[in-house]
Amino acid sequence: MSADIPEMDSRLERLPLTLRDLLTAHLPEPWRWIAQSLIAIAVVLAAFGLLFAFLTLIERKILGRIQNRPGPNRVGWGGILQPFADAIKMLTKEDIIPRSADPVLHYLAPVALVSFSLLSLAVIPYGRRLVALDLDSGVLYFFAASASSELAVFMAGWAGRNKYSLLAAMRALAQLISYELPLLLSLVPVVMLAGTLSPSEIVAAQSGWTFGLVPHWYALTPWGFAGFAIFMVASLAEANRSPFDLPEAESELIAGHLTEYSGFKYALFFMAEYFSMCALSGMAVTLFLGGWQSPFAALQFVPSYAWFAIKLLVLLLGFIWIRATLPRLRIDQLMRLAWKFLVPLALINLLTAAFWHLSAGWGTGAQPLRWGIALALVAVPFVLIGRRLSSGLGPRTYRYAAP
Amino acid sequence: MNTLQMCLVLSSLLFGIGLAAALARSSAILVLLGIELMLNAANLNFIAFWRFGPAPEAGTGVLFVLFAIAVAAAEAAVGLALAIALYRHQRTIRLQEATRLKG
Amino acid sequence: MNLALIILGLVILGSAATALSIRNIVRSVLLLVASWFGIAAFYLWAGAEFAAFAQALVYGGAVSMVVLFAVLLTRRGHLDVPVPPPPPGRLLWAIVAGGAVAGIIAAAAIRTPFESLNNEAPSLPVRKLGALLMGPQAAALLVTGVLLTAALLGAVVIAAGAKDDKEGAP
Repeated sequence: MSADIPEMDSRLERLPLTLRDLLTAHLPEPWRWIAQSLIAIAVVLAAFGLLFAFLTLIERKILGRIQNRPGPNRVGWGGILQPFADAIKMLTKEDIIPRSADPVLHYLAPVALVSFSLLSLAVIPYGRRLVALDLDSGVLYFFAASASSELAVFMAGWAGRNKYSLLAAMRALAQLISYELPLLLSLVPVVMLAGTLSPSEIVAAQSGWTFGLVPHWYALTPWGFAGFAIFMVASLAEANRSPFDLPEAESELIAGHLTEYSGFKYALFFMAEYFSMCALSGMAVTLFLGGWQSPFAALQFVPSYAWFAIKLLVLLLGFIWIRATLPRLRIDQLMRLAWKFLVPLALINLLTAAFWHLSAGWGTGAQPLRWGIALALVAVPFVLIGRRLSSGLGPRTYRYAAP
Repeated sequence: MNTLQMCLVLSSLLFGIGLAAALARSSAILVLLGIELMLNAANLNFIAFWRFGPAPEAGTGVLFVLFAIAVAAAEAAVGLALAIALYRHQRTIRLQEATRLKG
Repeated sequence: MNLALIILGLVILGSAATALSIRNIVRSVLLLVASWFGIAAFYLWAGAEFAAFAQALVYGGAVSMVVLFAVLLTRRGHLDVPVPPPPPGRLLWAIVAGGAVAGIIAAAAIRTPFESLNNEAPSLPVRKLGALLMGPQAAALLVTGVLLTAALLGAVVIAAGAKDDKEGAP
């Protein structure tokens, strides 16, 4: 983050940086960098903390409305203070640690999970000059942080000394490892075509509009659309969200790896799940939806961080909608989806992206052919592999009891 | 003692710890972990020489470490699969009990 | 700069030594994972960003889980997994051997006069690393790919076990 801001951005766009410089401009050099970093950390924590709080409320209201009921509406006007009521409840609950539990691991697991989820929020570019840590290999850092949080899931299941939570932790770990592969494979084409692992440069590679109307986001290309879809499904599974929420479902193995947790530690697990959901959505926005770029050239006056927030909220609302609509997958269905469906599709997507890149020089007349071939390369394997996997699970035949 | 020598001493101590663990423990998994530690110590050495040696732009040290990490991970997976297969035969992973081929 | 190195060294060596000497194998594995993260921090200190994140991702995010699964699949069904400590004779000889090797290498390192050391932090952008991997070092990349595929297939074959094994799968 540099101290000089070009004058061509609007005042609203420069607002966060102006505020930050107001607070830190008078400090001498090494202290200024430390103060700016601390401000960045505080802002990210505060923003995502508030987002987590109101996301729980928004989720419950939307789930309620989809299920034809009002959702929480007692606390505050229309239920708006519900997150604070939940926080007070979680903080005042008794923290029960089983006698034979491993106290160090029992304490460390939620802390480690939340820390790794928060660490992964550091490299996402939230605005034109608003990235907390501008690393050259930022995408790799992001996935290293989220892969390391899987260890905390194991620690949580192990620490309770409970065979059910251990078994559930192993299943959760199997799910997380299986879906790492489609997650990482679906973003390899993005890295390949952008030529860099740095998130801010990937966003910059998606700039520009055709005729001022169609942005050059990767999600609007055939391979990008397939990659985006695979990334979204895999991040649903990575964040243990429905329909992949087998690890924490109440009807399976009690509460899964969270069985032995109560009170604030339980709240920390959910905080970690929401943070990782927000982080993965943020990375999806960065990699596929053009980050903080505006979708139309005419709407560039809206500040970049507002566009990022809008896109992030759209993705999160999509996650909530999917939770309300789809039933949960069994562990074998889940693993089959990952290994036999998503991984081959992601590998074929690599070929499609390579074809797209190599045919970038085709003239305007050949563009429909290019699009046709790329769309065929995306759609045909999808239909063929999908048909093959669901063969034998034909249309349901209903037999009714004789009257 | 300049910084490079401190890094080399660190990696040799780590190597010694890994070696002692591989020699002393009798559980197959702990021996494998000792071997992993020795591989990591060698990687430390490579990065230290890359950092302080001539021509770090050539990137040879970093590339070698990347390959070593990949190979070590594959070897850990195969070694642990072997430990599981051993367990299936003798219901314990104590290496002292794997004496079927002993004369 | 040296203070950071000393702290990192203490973390790496301390957690590795503790990990390989305690009795509870699960805590041992988790301490070793902490040591691996310490090594990743060392790579970051040395300026090899890509190697640091690759180390964290591969070791902390994958090898640790393979080891934990192996620990859990090779228990006798108890929830507690104490590993017996080594007999004192063998332990002593192991420490002597490890100490001797470490001492010889460390002594050789200290006594060699290293001159013309590169002191400014090198920068190796990921793009350059990619170009090197695809160009001069492409053979190594292909060989590693074949090796990883072979290792994956081999691990699957070994761990799946013989289908007609009379013991039955655990």
